[in-house]
Amino acid sequence: MNASLAIFFVLAAVAVAAAVSLILQRHPIHSALSLIVVMVALAGLYLLMGAEFVAAVQIIVYGGAVMVLFVFVIMLLNAGEEEHTNFSKLAAYAGIPMAVAVAGLIAAAITRSTLPPAQDPTALTSTKSLSMLLFQDFVYPFELTSFLILVAILGAIVLAQREGN
Amino acid sequence: MHPILDYLWIIPLLPLVGSAINGILGWNWSKTSINAVALGSTGLSFLCAIEAVREFLDYFAQYHQPFTKHFVDWIVAYKDLTIGFDLHIDHLTVVMLLVVTGVGFLIHIYSTGYMAHEEGYFRFFAYMNLFMFFMLLLVLAANYVVLFVGWEGVGLCSYLLIGFYYLKHSAAQAGKKAFIVNRIGDFGFMLGMFLLFRTFHSLDFHTVFEAASQPNVAHEGLGQFGVLTAACLLLFMGATGKSAQIPLYVWLPDAMEGPTPVSALIHAATMVTAGVYVVARSHVLFLHSETAMYVVAIVGCATAFFAATIGLVQSDIKKVLAYSTVSQLGYMFLGCGVGAFSAGIFHLMTHAFFKALLFLSAGSVIHAMGGEQDMWQMGGLASKIKVTFWCMLFGTIAIAGFFPFAAFFSKDAILFAAFNSQHDGKALYGVGLFAAILTSFYMFRLVWLTFFGKNRYDEHHVHVHESPKNMTVPLMILAFLSLTGGWFAFPALFGGKDYFTDFLSPVFGSGEIAGGEALHSLELTLSGVAMVAATLGLVVAWRMYSKDVKRGPETGLHKLLYNKYYVDEIYQAAFVGPLVWISRNILWKAVDEGTIDGAVNGIGYGVREIGDGVRHAQSGNTRSYAVWVLVGAVVVFGIIFWPILHPALFGGVR
Amino acid sequence: MIPTNYYLILSAILFGLGMIAFVFKRNIITIFMAIELMLNAVNLAFVAFSKAFGKSDGEVFVLFVIVVAAAEAAVGLGIIILTARNRRSLNVERVDLLKL
Repeated sequence: MNASLAIFFVLAAVAVAAAVSLILQRHPIHSALSLIVVMVALAGLYLLMGAEFVAAVQIIVYGGAVMVLFVFVIMLLNAGEEEHTNFSKLAAYAGIPMAVAVAGLIAAAITRSTLPPAQDPTALTSTKSLSMLLFQDFVYPFELTSFLILVAILGAIVLAQREGN
Repeated sequence: MHPILDYLWIIPLLPLVGSAINGILGWNWSKTSINAVALGSTGLSFLCAIEAVREFLDYFAQYHQPFTKHFVDWIVAYKDLTIGFDLHIDHLTVVMLLVVTGVGFLIHIYSTGYMAHEEGYFRFFAYMNLFMFFMLLLVLAANYVVLFVGWEGVGLCSYLLIGFYYLKHSAAQAGKKAFIVNRIGDFGFMLGMFLLFRTFHSLDFHTVFEAASQPNVAHEGLGQFGVLTAACLLLFMGATGKSAQIPLYVWLPDAMEGPTPVSALIHAATMVTAGVYVVARSHVLFLHSETAMYVVAIVGCATAFFAATIGLVQSDIKKVLAYSTVSQLGYMFLGCGVGAFSAGIFHLMTHAFFKALLFLSAGSVIHAMGGEQDMWQMGGLASKIKVTFWCMLFGTIAIAGFFPFAAFFSKDAILFAAFNSQHDGKALYGVGLFAAILTSFYMFRLVWLTFFGKNRYDEHHVHVHESPKNMTVPLMILAFLSLTGGWFAFPALFGGKDYFTDFLSPVFGSGEIAGGEALHSLELTLSGVAMVAATLGLVVAWRMYSKDVKRGPETGLHKLLYNKYYVDEIYQAAFVGPLVWISRNILWKAVDEGTIDGAVNGIGYGVREIGDGVRHAQSGNTRSYAVWVLVGAVVVFGIIFWPILHPALFGGVR
Repeated sequence: MIPTNYYLILSAILFGLGMIAFVFKRNIITIFMAIELMLNAVNLAFVAFSKAFGKSDGEVFVLFVIVVAAAEAAVGLGIIILTARNRRSLNVERVDLLKL
């Protein structure tokens, strides 16, 4: 057990615990905060792997913009604790088994497949190489996503208008 | 060279066109127009027939073979099934053609008078012309299939015309009965055709008869049951249906529901003779099978006797004539059965004349009596409707077989041939002679009851009047033919030629009955015996019916005969009743409603129930939809990862 | 050196937890957050594979996932605000207009 493995297990445990907490909390704001913890833990894991740029983007965009948006919406709608309705018998009884089955299948497949080579935390990904990829090989998807963001902004504005405007 | 012969189809086509015009356009035409079309087409057909006969005789003098013309390839199928729309003429066809068109034309003229006050005048003539078309097709056919088309077609027209007064229940029933009983015979006919095709690979008359005349075809003796016997018996089964022999005669008396001209044309002169024609046409086949000939002779003789007994006591004037027709048809089959085919055809021709005459005269009587058909309601009409009376008398004398009227020669030829027949000839002759006595008796009974004695009807209600000219003139023409129609065979009495048999000899071979002095004197003796028999019947009828006669109570034998031996009731109980029961209870309720409807409805029901069960998946609940997505994901992952997973499941080595 | 498998199994676990949350929670916003959790788990797998094979294509893809998730969150939350205003309830089980 060396240091990186220990850090890995710690971060992994934090992430899983936060995810469980997301499920178990009753008030949506608590769930939101748990999700933030998951994202930070994942950023830590990215750093552990040597993907600095992705870790930074994760914190800034996900943690700093998306989750803030969630929190604002929860505040705006004055969401309270969850009602306890249970209309769907199927979801109640078959939900967990199915989810476990999917995850289990994936995990089983992973463990039985040929191992890809192990990580090398010292091999950092340079931002320069990322940007080379992004603006040369992936320029087309890049432009499309910028267009997508534009559409999303327009959509959000249209949706949020009051009637009669 | 042969304008008509090359376009032989014009003869059947003319009545068809007339029928179509009258049927489609005639519904609001005046009687004159309808008459013009109907009589015109039939008359033209008659003239074309005469011309065709003349041309054929020329042709035959030159080429010495029958005239066949192939017009159109109709059925070309499978290996060797080629049926063409072929027509042909030989001497037998000539006789049939002239009888059908000539007598048909006369009856059409008569109908213009008889049916003058009827609803559906145009429909009547449309059907009559249609009948002429089919009958001519039957007679002119050169192969069994075209003949069968005509055969079925005349059955159809018979149904249409018997049920002409379709609003009358008994008429509709009679039409159905005729058609259905005919179909039973047709079943046999078709099986016979199939058997012939299988044996000879053709249904052409020429080909089949040629093949049957080969030396290698076995002559099947009495009691032997080979292919030819089977085919002939099956064809004869069809003939019993169409020509009203035992056991399929039951439709003919009921067919009297139709108008009298119909009874005259179809059920006396032409359609019912189709069976005899088929047997005569197929004589080559029949001559190879002694069993079939014997059966034909027995059935014919039995029917002649059986029907005559029923006719003795009937009270409806048309029913007497109907049973008389059945009986006389029996004579024709008897003639064919003992090998005297030309005698059978001779009797067919003379019978057409005098039976049409009798029916039309009866129609005239009915017309005069304002629709009354029961002889017990008539009487003393002789002085009032003279022309009708004399015509009827001519017909009666003819049918009884008195010299020199027509039937004397033809019936005589048949009985003589029967007497000389190898198989039970004397017995056949005896029964035939007895039937002749009965014939004479019941016909004169009819004359006496109808025309003599006191009036048994109410003079105030019934105004007896003579029929108009368009009815009486055909009667007189037919009366003349009844007298002279047999004179073709006159010289044979004195040792000369029998012109009729001579005429048909290219078809049937020269003289089926070998000549000779001894046989000639035997023939004269038997003719004398026949005359005595006819006189005997006349005398007995005179004694019983000429004075004032009351209708006696029906007892014992009289009752049995009056009720036609209860044959209709027996058929009803044995065949019709059970069949209807099966149709109603098994085939309708169990099979149609239960199984077929049940299966179809069941599918609908099943689909509905399945839908009802499955619709619960559409609950509108997002969470359950999500679970369904997960289920799908499990399935997909399972399929994708199966190669990796399954060795582990079974503990195999990776 | 941490074996790549560990990261992948962690990703699978997080994904499973996201699915369970998606199926079990009734608040619309919480369900949305579960979707985000699932997307994050997938991002982790992408980065792990990218590092395992030494090529950076996986990380570029992660960037795209994050961008799209952000856009999706913006529009989705807009819709949620509208439906919440109309129905005055955030319970997803109350939105069952597709019921047969």
